[in-house]
Amino acid sequence: MHSKRGFKIPVGPQHPSLKEPESFSVALRGEKILGFDMRLGYNHRGIEKACEERTYFQDIYLIERICGICSHSHSTCFIQAVEELAGLEVPKKALYIRTLIGELERVHNHFLWLGIAGHEIGFDTLLMYTWRDREIVMDILAALTGSRVNYGINTIGGVRRGVTGEESKKILKAMDDLEERTKYYIELAMQDTTIIRRFSKVGILSKEDALRLGAVGPVARASGVERDIRRDDPYAAYGEVSFGVITDNHCDVYGRTIVRLKELMESFKIIRQVLKNLPEGAIAVKAPRKVPAGEAVSRYEAPRGEDMHYVKSNGTDKPDRVKVRAPTLANIQAVKHMLKDRFLADMPIVIAAIDPCFSCTDRIISTRDVDTGRSDVMTWDRLREYSIEWHRENGVDFSKIKTKIR
Amino acid sequence: MKELFNILIFPGFLFLASFGLCAEFLDRKLHARLQNRIGPPWFQPLADFIKLLGKEDLVPTEANPRMFTLMPLFALTAAAASFLYVPLWGTKALYSFNGDVIVVLYLFMIPTLTFFIGGWYSTSLYARIGSVRAVTQMFAYEVPLFMSVLASMLLANTWSLTEMVVFYSQHKWLWAFNLIGFLVALVALLGKLEKVPFDIPEAETEIVAGSFTEYGGRFLAFFRLTMDMELVAGASLLAAVFLPFGLDIKGAPGFALYIVKTCGIVAILSLLRTIFARLRLDQMINFSWRYIVPFALLQLAINLLLKELVIK
Repeated sequence: MHSKRGFKIPVGPQHPSLKEPESFSVALRGEKILGFDMRLGYNHRGIEKACEERTYFQDIYLIERICGICSHSHSTCFIQAVEELAGLEVPKKALYIRTLIGELERVHNHFLWLGIAGHEIGFDTLLMYTWRDREIVMDILAALTGSRVNYGINTIGGVRRGVTGEESKKILKAMDDLEERTKYYIELAMQDTTIIRRFSKVGILSKEDALRLGAVGPVARASGVERDIRRDDPYAAYGEVSFGVITDNHCDVYGRTIVRLKELMESFKIIRQVLKNLPEGAIAVKAPRKVPAGEAVSRYEAPRGEDMHYVKSNGTDKPDRVKVRAPTLANIQAVKHMLKDRFLADMPIVIAAIDPCFSCTDRIISTRDVDTGRSDVMTWDRLREYSIEWHRENGVDFSKIKTKIR
Repeated sequence: MKELFNILIFPGFLFLASFGLCAEFLDRKLHARLQNRIGPPWFQPLADFIKLLGKEDLVPTEANPRMFTLMPLFALTAAAASFLYVPLWGTKALYSFNGDVIVVLYLFMIPTLTFFIGGWYSTSLYARIGSVRAVTQMFAYEVPLFMSVLASMLLANTWSLTEMVVFYSQHKWLWAFNLIGFLVALVALLGKLEKVPFDIPEAETEIVAGSFTEYGGRFLAFFRLTMDMELVAGASLLAAVFLPFGLDIKGAPGFALYIVKTCGIVAILSLLRTIFARLRLDQMINFSWRYIVPFALLQLAINLLLKELVIK
């Protein structure tokens, strides 16, 4: 515990500042951070593998559950790849509705983030205020799709529900309210002394480092990297609406806050345009059950940054391989760099500032011996044997069952 | 017999404890309402206390059991004892002697020290960091607190709180000159009570619960009660030192005035903790020495000048 180089404290897998299990180990001397280590994998659920066992239509709903916040991002990203493989022409109205839900999701995500950032620096009042305002957009999403987070609005070849004129009026009114609130928060972030003291010059990531470490989304944009998939590689209806890409040159947590807050204003702009120009017509085309063989990559600007899905099909109704690269995986690499020579007190907010989603990120689980600390690879067969052995020890005998698992 | 009643029941321990729980309710309710929440019902602090009393008492295997279990009692007694020397309503404290202000201020310091010792001996890493933080922070706020209280005593030319209150009730409106000191003491009290923006020793998102990480059951209940009692005792001290008006009012109205004063101070504290974010330890110490201490010095200078020009 004690050594000349200071001592190590564990943050996670269970810790009040983490909303999901993940393990960080912080080496400290006094309050100063000497080293920072992380171990991902506590939230691994084997979704990619599970996708291979299910049909494309079942996969939509599974993929949507990768993340509890940017669920629409993942399902849209996946569907775009499948639609490309199947050669489907998605109706324009469906693309507009996908854009609408995507932006509403961004609004709810950014409000959520602002609240969490406030909580991490002990400013619970901000948390209570932003989450109260977030309810407005959550109610809209529930009214539009029937659910608050896992919307289930996407389907291969289009969307499952339209938007009525009455709903669109309601949304426009809510956008006016939210815009007013956002303006207040921008003012607050720019003026409040304690927020500025805790945010500025904390978690610095220069433009060069952002590019080198492959940061994406608001984290990269706050370091002056002008990169936004919505503009660079337009999907859905983003090619037909006008909006700005917000960048900032603060390169710190403060910059990331400003970028997210100003992005909200752009989102309101996009939502208004989408509702104004919402085309008439069908909301979906019929999709084939089997998808021709091939592979496709799809990119999507999730609220947290660039999301990427790779789908390989083999001509059946199930995908051969699905690979998800969530934005947090790209950003988490930068955290270690950001925490260099910082204080323990900065750690929660620096981690929170990349808006991490660990359940999105975890694609692997590593085993480690408790005593020796050695890691080990478990093959599928060994895992099965281990499981049978474990259950036998606990009184259930599976060894007589001769099922062959591929 | 009467003395025992005074110490244990009214206006001693029992009154202090129940008023402490009420003050906690006021603080939590106001905090919640200011944050646009509904807040707890009036009996919530008492319910929390009873619930904690009913929980299992766990002592970590690596902790020093004697230190670990004794510290909550130490804290509780110190907080209760400090209350006896503070004039509440009327011009007389329960007990007084020349120099009692020093005793009160030191009794005030003991809970913080017990947080340090209890946290340190519980051997949890979070608790150790929290306890070191508590003591580091103590050095930053104790000095301005002492200076602002002593400035007020200086004007009255006494070391006894009771005599000071008598002096201020003879020289009406003289307390108005101590307002800078009052503000300084309010900020220092925020630090002492470990409330936002100075809740660094128990910063939840960094070090779980600081010194209290390993505490539970009765021990935690006593620590929580200590905090509540410190809140009331601190507010009473500030009310006696900086707002010594209307003390010649007898009976129920005088008592009501005392309640209003202390509740007012508690309300200001909860307002302050609502509108700020938590500072970092280095920022807090910087803030204290760069802004709070100079103001305390200014108050001392003003009072020295006043003493030369007016009182003589």
